[in-house]
Amino acid sequence: MSSTDYPRPHAQLHLGVFFQGVNHWTIWSLPESGSQIDFSSFRRMIGTAERGLFDAFFLGEGLRLRESGGKIHDLDVAGRPDAITQLAALAGLTSRIGLVATQNTTYNEPADLARRLSGLDLLSNGRAGWNVVTTDNAWTGENFRRGGYLDHADRYVRAEQFLTVARQIWDSWDTDAIATSTDAEDWADPKGIATVGARTSQFDVEITPTLPRSPQGHPVIFQAGDSAEGRDFAARNADVIFSAHGSDFADALAFATDIRARLRTAGRSEDALRILPGTEIVLGDTEEEAAEKAHWIRLHQVTPATALAIAGQVWGIDLSDRDADGPLPAEDPVVVEPTGEMGSRRWKDPREIVRTWRDTAEARGLSLRETVIALGPQRGHVGTPAGLAEKFAHFVRAGAVDGFNISPYLTPDGLDDIVDRLVPELQERGVYRERYAGTTLREHLGLAGSGFFR
Amino acid sequence: MSRPLHLAVELDGEGAHPAAWRRASHAPAALLTPERVRALAQVAENAGATLATFDDSLLPPDGVGPVGRIGAVERAAFAAVHTSVLGLAPVVSTTYSEPFHVSSQLASLDFAATGRAAWLVAATADPAAARSLGRPTVEGEEALRREARDAGRVARDLWDSWEDDAAVRDVDTGRYLDRDKLHYIDFVGETYTVKGPAIVPRPPQGQLVVLAPAGLLPAGAADVELVEGRSVADLAGDGPGLRFAEVEIALDTPAHTAAERLADLDRHAPWAAGPRLRYAGPPGGLMALLEELAGVVDGVRLRPAVLDEDLPELSARVLPALFRSGTAARPQPGTSLRTTLGLTRPASRFARHLTPVEGTA
Repeated sequence: MSSTDYPRPHAQLHLGVFFQGVNHWTIWSLPESGSQIDFSSFRRMIGTAERGLFDAFFLGEGLRLRESGGKIHDLDVAGRPDAITQLAALAGLTSRIGLVATQNTTYNEPADLARRLSGLDLLSNGRAGWNVVTTDNAWTGENFRRGGYLDHADRYVRAEQFLTVARQIWDSWDTDAIATSTDAEDWADPKGIATVGARTSQFDVEITPTLPRSPQGHPVIFQAGDSAEGRDFAARNADVIFSAHGSDFADALAFATDIRARLRTAGRSEDALRILPGTEIVLGDTEEEAAEKAHWIRLHQVTPATALAIAGQVWGIDLSDRDADGPLPAEDPVVVEPTGEMGSRRWKDPREIVRTWRDTAEARGLSLRETVIALGPQRGHVGTPAGLAEKFAHFVRAGAVDGFNISPYLTPDGLDDIVDRLVPELQERGVYRERYAGTTLREHLGLAGSGFFR
Repeated sequence: MSRPLHLAVELDGEGAHPAAWRRASHAPAALLTPERVRALAQVAENAGATLATFDDSLLPPDGVGPVGRIGAVERAAFAAVHTSVLGLAPVVSTTYSEPFHVSSQLASLDFAATGRAAWLVAATADPAAARSLGRPTVEGEEALRREARDAGRVARDLWDSWEDDAAVRDVDTGRYLDRDKLHYIDFVGETYTVKGPAIVPRPPQGQLVVLAPAGLLPAGAADVELVEGRSVADLAGDGPGLRFAEVEIALDTPAHTAAERLADLDRHAPWAAGPRLRYAGPPGGLMALLEELAGVVDGVRLRPAVLDEDLPELSARVLPALFRSGTAARPQPGTSLRTTLGLTRPASRFARHLTPVEGTA
């Protein structure tokens, strides 16, 4: 169809980059695989993203080193900086790109976290974002003073109350509270700064905030939960939702339609939220070359040891001494209760999963490792720059996504070909900006208003 | 002759005087901008200071000064990319903070600053801080010291919880980490426990430089103790680590004497004399004082009354002469803060040193 037949013929694609911290998708074994922790890697990646006119640079958060089988998991990239600290440094090296920190509402307090995010927002002249996440396991709590955990059901209750308090903190200073001259009576008008108090099921606090609003009002709120509760939370509270629904068009459109319905229920405009699925992008000169490269990448991501570790989690037994390139384990899986290790991952009945694995391996004549790859998440888009630009234009104009949050498979150069080859193709099709129009993250995302809730 | 003094300078707000903002060279709101943070850090670095400190609190400062303040860790991280030899020491309180977060934030600062980060340990006695975090008040000197001791211990343990070479990237076995080089810290204190290991790998300096007011941490727990005294004689003493004297300063400028400047500010709010050494007068007198201090302490932390007026004087008239005379030394490019301060880079406390070497048994 021609672009005028689309529901959103003039829609623009928004791109973010996710500097991954803990995962097996970032290939660490190649000569070109750089450091995951040296500051120079972050400087390089964010510089490329800003050159590519990306909306935002994202950092995840880790609160406990992952384990499998009661031992520290040793196969994946691990070790990452504190997100807000790192982004405050990167704010000084960039001028436009948004800086989004994943931060947990379970093991933080509003007075502290809202202030740190405000500081990032001021130091970046209005480019801060907060990806709101929750934890519900006591295993993570073992690293924290408050210890313990929240019930699964309470995690969004606390998150929502947390966000309400944070917004009150961000709104506490009148825009003209600070004196305009050194001859003024006070540095700030005491009547222009509100004390924030909250007595809720999760909080009993009284705060005198120390920071004014930034040029974008509030940090932009991101959210990533995919459960019904998570989607409702996003529909009520978020400016941007990360999703896992961006590879298949019909799936992405169904997700977007569902979110828009939830937005209406929450009394918000359908245009109040941006949908940015996470994705991996593999480019080649031809479709065949891209497909070959994608398979080669997959083999480096799912190494024999990683394939055995993933299978071991499904089977509930240590398979590390098996042959990953041989057949599936003959034994039945052991049904174990989830322990909260590796974050809060929960498995379906392993017997059911193993049945699917066996059926797939048998039907297609696959080894264990090939089965892991075949049944693993379909993480993204593979093609030529021109082909993917066409595809993305279709996705965004049809309203299936507002953009993508790209996870490069290489650090720190994994964004180079996307910026150098895909971005110009998108620009040629009129679905991507030629220059930044504004200076704040809120402006890049085309979000209405300033974020002020008062 | 005594060893050269280390020079630290406090960069919070508009200066140490409570009314300092009235003599600032900009409108009040400019304090809370990236340009201000960058400018101050660069002036301190260009002047030749070894270390900048950034005071902080969750609460607004008392009294008549600015009530706005960007978090010290965020300011230090932002300053890190605009400087190349200056050490950066944010104040982070130990009383109500989460030690796991604090440890991660400071280790990350050391990565961003490529080995120039420090931690100025503080305690928070004001119950309003507890109220803002919804936590029970920690009351009394002893409890404050206990929290500081535990938080300091946890941070140091977490910085050591990854050995330097824990990320082995062994392609043959598929292992990114050597789990034998990662360590649970299993900290058990009186009010909380922390499991570990850290999320951030061991920072470039191995251990950040830890500064603390004298007496807050147990003996030997700080690398640098900040000591107070109203006279040089009061500052004499000894300790297991380095000792930096706290010195408040106000200097004559080409336009006004220090006395005139202070009189102007004191009209708005008095700068009450406290337990610290204070100097007000011509630059030459400060040089003489610092030369005297060089025989008594390892360094000084200068607290300028008004940053916009006193930093330029320090930079133009005091520090260059101190460097020429050898009373103080500039940090060298490419060195870590530990190296500049003459501190060694410690091995991880969890590393096994007892592996027998073949043929030596």
